[in-house]
Amino acid sequence: MGWIGDALAAAFELIVGGDPELGEIVALSLRVSGTALLVSSVIGLPFGALLGIVRFPGRRGVVIVLNTLMGLPPVVVGLGVLLLLSRPGPLGHLGLLFTPEAMMIAQSILITPIVAALTRQTIEDAFDEYGEQLRSLGAGRLRSAATLLYEARFTLLTAVLAGFGRAIAEVGAVQIVGGNIAHVTRIMTTTIALDTNRGEFALAMGLGIILLLLALAIVGSAEILRGVANRAA
Amino acid sequence: MQPEAPPNTPLLPLRFERVGYRSRSTSLLEELSFSLDAGPVSVILGPNGAGKTLALRIANGLIAPSSGVVSWNGGTERARAESTLVFQRPVLLRRSARANIEYALRLRGMARKECRSRAEVALGALGLSKLGDRPARLLSGGEQHRLALARARALAPTVLFLDEPAASLDPGATRALETSITNLRDAGTKIIMTTHDLEQARRMADEILFFHRGRLLEHASAEAFFGDPKCIEAKKFLARELTS
Repeated sequence: MGWIGDALAAAFELIVGGDPELGEIVALSLRVSGTALLVSSVIGLPFGALLGIVRFPGRRGVVIVLNTLMGLPPVVVGLGVLLLLSRPGPLGHLGLLFTPEAMMIAQSILITPIVAALTRQTIEDAFDEYGEQLRSLGAGRLRSAATLLYEARFTLLTAVLAGFGRAIAEVGAVQIVGGNIAHVTRIMTTTIALDTNRGEFALAMGLGIILLLLALAIVGSAEILRGVANRAA
Repeated sequence: MQPEAPPNTPLLPLRFERVGYRSRSTSLLEELSFSLDAGPVSVILGPNGAGKTLALRIANGLIAPSSGVVSWNGGTERARAESTLVFQRPVLLRRSARANIEYALRLRGMARKECRSRAEVALGALGLSKLGDRPARLLSGGEQHRLALARARALAPTVLFLDEPAASLDPGATRALETSITNLRDAGTKIIMTTHDLEQARRMADEILFFHRGRLLEHASAEAFFGDPKCIEAKKFLARELTS
């Protein structure tokens, strides 16, 4: 057990000492996953809301596909984005492969279905409760969708957090499209995977601890915010 | 879609012509035919499961009938803009009491400043002035019912549908709500409401539509209905011997 203790001690030393490499990796991870979350929210929230209240032929099929996409394997997404962005691919001319932007794209693809599917379920439930009243007051479908997104904002925090959790903890897709290049595309999960393979556990454990603390801080803050806001509204 | 009438045409009467509603193989409303004109408070009365709420929702255009025609003298589009429904359980948004009213007014295209002043008037009329800033969902049951009515009142509807407006309220809150409804009637709003409460129907109704098992069995003035009901089901209902 001694080596685990040594690794833990070294990890804490890196965190407390403010190791610059560690800081750079954490900052890039947050930038990539934060951007992916922003993109997926801009797409997933309105799409999920509309799917929750609009009825059309084939809607059930769309819902099934969307729910299935929640379980998209990251390596498959990584492979798909790699093919798109590689030089002979349709978007190869953009030169995005092995950049943080490629990782943002991969993570956005991965978590947009999560945000959209959870939003769809939330808004559909809310529409059951509010729908007839909104229609009786004269709200159309688009206005109803916007109103319900606002009404369900605290519940939707969970959907957004689920997306962020998936993005920040994901390793397969970003490894493929980012290449885990030091000081360029190296983020927490890819560093943990690399250092574990190399048997260098201190940085891996330090990053693991930070990853857990980050998740705890974000989920905890959201839960507190939701509780306070719920009581006030 | 009903052709639109000239602008000065009165919105009422509302006509049901052989209106039916089926859910899968079950008939929930059968061959409803009646006409409701401006003026009297029309109360749709009947035991639970009679189809009262369903008829009200069809009248408000929330549900399309399976058969028959619902028509308004002033046209369907105007009816959508000039009528509103207050549900049995008030559906209020997660915002302040005042903001709930302002939201409904903004949906009708009203300017923000006018929304504020009309909301204040509506809150005052229902005795809710001091609760305007309070989150709607933190109001008591009676206050929520009054807020829903205030929201409807602010829209100045020609026709106001009320679904079991005092269900689950205590006698004091019921009386306060009924006074507000009577005030609306006196101000010229046509009230069409459902209830299974005989005493409330006696207090509120000018005319009664008696429903049982999805059928309209009697349509008469309140005086005639309570004094001399024609059908056996109505007699049993007044004797409190009729169940769904």
